[in-house]
Amino acid sequence: MDLSRREWLFGSLAAGSLTEIAAAREHARQTVANAAAPRFEFFDASMAADVEAIAAEILPSGDGPGAKETGVIYFIDRALHTFDAEQQNVYRAGIHDVRETRQKLFPDAASVAALTAEQRLALVRAIEHTDFFEVVRVHTLLGFLGNPSYGGNREKLGWNYIGFEDRMAWEPPFGYYDAEAK
Amino acid sequence: MTGRTFRLAEPVDFLVIGSGAAGGVVAKELSTAGFSVVVLEQGPYWRETDYSHDEIKYTFQAGLTNDTKLQPITFRKNENEPAKELKAIEYGRQVGGGSVHFTANYWRFHESDFHERSLYGEIPGTSFADWPISYADLEPYYTKAEYDLGISGLAGANPFEAPRSKPYPLPPMRVKSSGALFERATKQLGLHPFPAPMAILSRPYQGRSACVNCGFCESFGCDVRAKSSTLVSVIPMAEKTGRCEIRPNSYVRKIVIDARGRATGAVYFDAQRKERLQRAKAVVVCANGVESAKLLLLSKSNRFPNGLANSSGLVGKNLMWDNGSFASAVFEHPLNEFKGIQVTRLIHDYYRADPKRGFYGGGGIDARFNFYPAGFALFGMPPDAPKWGSEYKKMVANYFIRTMSLLAHSTSLPMEKNTVTLDPEKKDAWGLPAVRITYDPHADDVANMTWLLEREYEIFEAMGAKKVWAQPVEMFSTSRHLMGTCRMGSDPKKSVVDPHSRTHDVRNLFVVDGSNFVTCARQQPTATIQALAYRAADYMTQAAKAGELG
Repeated sequence: MDLSRREWLFGSLAAGSLTEIAAAREHARQTVANAAAPRFEFFDASMAADVEAIAAEILPSGDGPGAKETGVIYFIDRALHTFDAEQQNVYRAGIHDVRETRQKLFPDAASVAALTAEQRLALVRAIEHTDFFEVVRVHTLLGFLGNPSYGGNREKLGWNYIGFEDRMAWEPPFGYYDAEAK
Repeated sequence: MTGRTFRLAEPVDFLVIGSGAAGGVVAKELSTAGFSVVVLEQGPYWRETDYSHDEIKYTFQAGLTNDTKLQPITFRKNENEPAKELKAIEYGRQVGGGSVHFTANYWRFHESDFHERSLYGEIPGTSFADWPISYADLEPYYTKAEYDLGISGLAGANPFEAPRSKPYPLPPMRVKSSGALFERATKQLGLHPFPAPMAILSRPYQGRSACVNCGFCESFGCDVRAKSSTLVSVIPMAEKTGRCEIRPNSYVRKIVIDARGRATGAVYFDAQRKERLQRAKAVVVCANGVESAKLLLLSKSNRFPNGLANSSGLVGKNLMWDNGSFASAVFEHPLNEFKGIQVTRLIHDYYRADPKRGFYGGGGIDARFNFYPAGFALFGMPPDAPKWGSEYKKMVANYFIRTMSLLAHSTSLPMEKNTVTLDPEKKDAWGLPAVRITYDPHADDVANMTWLLEREYEIFEAMGAKKVWAQPVEMFSTSRHLMGTCRMGSDPKKSVVDPHSRTHDVRNLFVVDGSNFVTCARQQPTATIQALAYRAADYMTQAAKAGELG
């Protein structure tokens, strides 16, 4: 039931058709196969750098992998190219606004991606209650912890970090307290 | 597909609309009784080899359920406000229906559930009523369902359960840490925990594999056919008779009625969205508690201007909701709840209503974990946790393997103002009116959820949880238990179907699924839907053989 509650809270994400999902996975598979030079389908280089800078504030590196090490930006690019294409304009408008905020707060910086760590944190604090930030947050978490076949969660680093393993079968005991049952 | 195929123009004995919890059972019962059966299913025909552990596909993208891009749903709390697009209800949309992706909780109703109106009296503003049948009428069919489908559990372990003629066919599932902690704590509180009855195989059964504890039950199709959906149990039995065709990608838009007022078949869209007419001698609608009402409302004609079988005016009314209270807690050591089935222990101590509480209500509380990694990070964390940044990331890692939840399955009083109607403007991808849901819970339902949430906090405290959190109860969820909209009764003025699920208005038209429910007990409708389906099919068999359906 709480799963439905999640959809109630975030109904807009249930957007892609199965064909689109299949396309996304095939696209991810091919891109991963050509891992030498992954390229973006939706983002240009500067937009990718700015979005990745935000994603890396949501899930920073250090103390285990973050958005960067797990390839979240590639997951987002593919989502926007395939099953979540409806959000393309949200990203276009969102990045436009974030850049304006950056211009106001840090006029001397060249771009969002070029901010210092402290400045980036301040910028994200300034936008954390926007709809755009929530969309990036959801995409970042899906890219970190979703199935690696979508291009994120590289080498299952996200799953490893939280202690999850996708196995076909498990044997009890599963957890520390199992033996307490009589 | 292994069954035979039938010609459209050749009337089959029974046309079954929907292949889910009820439709699968009806198809099996009628075909094994010797009748020819065609089952029309909106969704595709997938097998266990088509499924995967893909959280994005199955929980975020509605991989096995109704897709609101194709079939939009509108929602409003009452008829004075405009209805907005929202996925207010969810149902399985493939062969096997919701029995494929459900959590697999399989509770029988209690004896009292069939006559609560007599026990507790009138509740103003509701259509609270007794069922026209008793637990004893359904008991043989609960048993039949448990043995046909394969249910695991421990008879007698729940001191509140109604008498049963046979034990469960399979022993209970292995306990996990959430169940073990819950069992210890509820016993300490003087309560009576018991192994959850589940539609999942604890041992190999009828050629199917036992559960391998992969952890992907709720929202997923089972990779090893251990979840006892109709897809892997009764539907293969139906196809094996050589008298049943399961026809997927067949979306029915109208039941056809002849000049005598008898059902003669149904018009549906095939996979290419071409209209087809399948003829039949009798029609059984098992499309679920929302879609069945929708189809009757769509099937209006000169003879039935308010919708088919709707002389009572009650088709689509009395919609009841999947109400509940959900709380989570974190513990010191790893529970690793992502392994194994979702639910292993529960209590029915608070199930019965008690007028001393000051409201009608009650519920069953289960110990569970039904989050997958990304969903947990996004929606499973405490409301006061950071939403991003390094602390958030560390907390997700710490909490994911140490968190479990309690879910109290609670009441939803029937009220005529809570409805399924046809949206006057919004259309689906086939040009049919979208479903419009109107629902607002009764004050007693909300008071009950609040009270049950307090019980959950007590249990978590006794379990030694380090931190407990919950969503506000008034924020009820998408409903997956679709009930009440073609209610069962003896009086044709106050009900849509008779006590055998036959419509009062059309003698060869049946509706059997959650829509028949007069009251909703404490949720977990699947066992009762299937018991009703077995019972109705028994009656159809007798009636057809006696020539009463012509």
